[in-house]
Amino acid sequence: MHSGACALTNPAPPLLSASGLGMIRGERVLFRDVSLTLGAGEALLLRGPNGAGKTTLLRILAGLTRPEAGAVSRGAAMHWFAHREGLKPVETPRTHLALWASAWGSGADCEMILTRMGLARPADVPARHLSAGQRRRTALARLLLEDRPVWLLDEPYTALDAEGRKLVDDLIAEHRAKGGALIAAIHGEAGFAPSAEVSL
Amino acid sequence: MSRPAPILAAFRQAFGEAWAGGAGALLPLGFLGGAAVLVPLGIGSDGDTLRAVGPGIIWVALALSSLVTLERIFQADTEDGTLDLWLQADAPVSAIAAAKTLAHWLAAGLPLALFSPLLALMFQAEASGELILFAGYYALGSLAFFFWGGVGAALSATVRRGGLLISLIALPLFVPTAIFGALAMSAGPGSTGAPLLLAASTLFACAVAPYAMAAALRLAAD
Amino acid sequence: MWSYFANPHKFLRLSDWLAPLFYGAGMLCILWGLWQGLWVVPKDEYQGGDIMRVMFIHVPAAWLAMAAYSAMAVASFVWFIWRHELADIAAKAIAPLGAVWTALCLATGSIWGKPTWGTWWQWDDARMMSVLFLFFLFLGYMALRAAMDTRQKAARAGAILAMVGAVNVPLIKFSVDLFTSLHQDASVITADGPKMAAVYLTPLLISGLGHALLFGGLVMTRMRTEIRERRIARLTAAALEG
Repeated sequence: MHSGACALTNPAPPLLSASGLGMIRGERVLFRDVSLTLGAGEALLLRGPNGAGKTTLLRILAGLTRPEAGAVSRGAAMHWFAHREGLKPVETPRTHLALWASAWGSGADCEMILTRMGLARPADVPARHLSAGQRRRTALARLLLEDRPVWLLDEPYTALDAEGRKLVDDLIAEHRAKGGALIAAIHGEAGFAPSAEVSL
Repeated sequence: MSRPAPILAAFRQAFGEAWAGGAGALLPLGFLGGAAVLVPLGIGSDGDTLRAVGPGIIWVALALSSLVTLERIFQADTEDGTLDLWLQADAPVSAIAAAKTLAHWLAAGLPLALFSPLLALMFQAEASGELILFAGYYALGSLAFFFWGGVGAALSATVRRGGLLISLIALPLFVPTAIFGALAMSAGPGSTGAPLLLAASTLFACAVAPYAMAAALRLAAD
Repeated sequence: MWSYFANPHKFLRLSDWLAPLFYGAGMLCILWGLWQGLWVVPKDEYQGGDIMRVMFIHVPAAWLAMAAYSAMAVASFVWFIWRHELADIAAKAIAPLGAVWTALCLATGSIWGKPTWGTWWQWDDARMMSVLFLFFLFLGYMALRAAMDTRQKAARAGAILAMVGAVNVPLIKFSVDLFTSLHQDASVITADGPKMAAVYLTPLLISGLGHALLFGGLVMTRMRTEIRERRIARLTAAALEG
């Protein structure tokens, strides 16, 4: 285990930083003394075998899980995208985006987002009848509802075809160009150049 | 400080889910009707007996049928990742939990309460304006059932077959409401003591339960 | 001073001698109380004759049931705020013992009721009703803790439920008292309250003290076992880490 501090000369305060994170599951130590900082435009890649704690670390950074040790300091708003997409079986892509747009007070153009994500045709199909890839795209669409500096992505390529993966890479590239940053747990090849890696 | 928008959105999502999943109130209504109708088969059709025990039986059936809905309230949220999103929304988790519980009550608890006076007629109650008052008592009571039951539901959200656990946790908490509700109905329309107690204990539930639900939901996400 | 009690090592040393003391003193008090109650004090025909002597177990058991739940709630609260692991261990240790004492109270109440008033259960008895719901609260607490995946989750879930229950117990008691007072008739078990004759009161109080001491000793023993079990689990896990 080693920390993923970036050697960028970024004078602004980090968007996200964590120090000395440790986690226990039951009696088993999952990881210990993990520290990282995230600055604008950076992409941190989380690597590790299954069960190493990548999802748990992301959940700690998001504030969903309480770490056993260490602290996280969040300097900016975050988007969360994970295996459990947050989609109700009765929700359609359109209603899902409308719900979160209203929950977050966002004035984004949902129709344009649906088209961009390739969901224009199944926009009114309930999630229980959508394919896994279409559900993932719906969840990804949330990232476009509001501009948030930090993205936490847990296996963003899962269930997506080549076109879907390219979409993810494009979204990430645009996000970084705007000064956003992300931490992603990815198995295998990443379609973007990470600024640092953390191995668990 | 947070805005009301996430709370309203949580309410809308929960309400939509309550109506769509299991055809809304029909499932718990069926349970309520079935449970209540089973009773005369068990205790006999003597009119005076039924009139005497009717209100109590209906309170019990109302409490049990609320458990039918409660099991669904938070379990799905932990499984499909919705809870993670709500925990990160810019609003107090207690308010979001209260909004969800209220939405499910409106969709599946209130209809049962309003249906109860019809059951009372089957239990040989006199058809009078009093039944409308009783509907109000049932409504107040089922609101308390939903909020206390919601605490049980939140605590057992990550447990498989949490329905049994919810019942064990919630039933002692249901006792004051059941007692005050039955007393309010047997005391007659002019009394204010028991109905006020019923209202007060429901208010207490609505005030306290959301905080326990919030703590339990954070635990479920952990 | 309070952090003294939060240290498991200090607790183990303290309970090394305190637990046996509690057991000894507790058994003495209980035995004296039983001797008084079963042989010495005169019987009260109104309360059922000789069978009413069972109240020397029944009433202290009821007191202990309520005290146990309060203790569990306080321990849960302490854990919730300060996260002293010993507080969680205490709450976990108390629950089954509390359940047993409530069961004892209910059983002795039934034994008292049957020959006296012909019924195994009396719905007009506010104390029995309250203790019955207390029994369910204990069972719910134990079931919830057992259902959780990890020790940490069990501690948090238990703390939430114990505090919710604690907040509701006065309300439950009040509603039950209201319910029974409306149906009150002379056949209710009324063997508590300071208006009782001193000849009954003293053995009752000593019995109560004895029960409390015995309970305390048992809680300490369960806590000692739990501390050691957790240590073993941690050592085992650390050994597996290599």
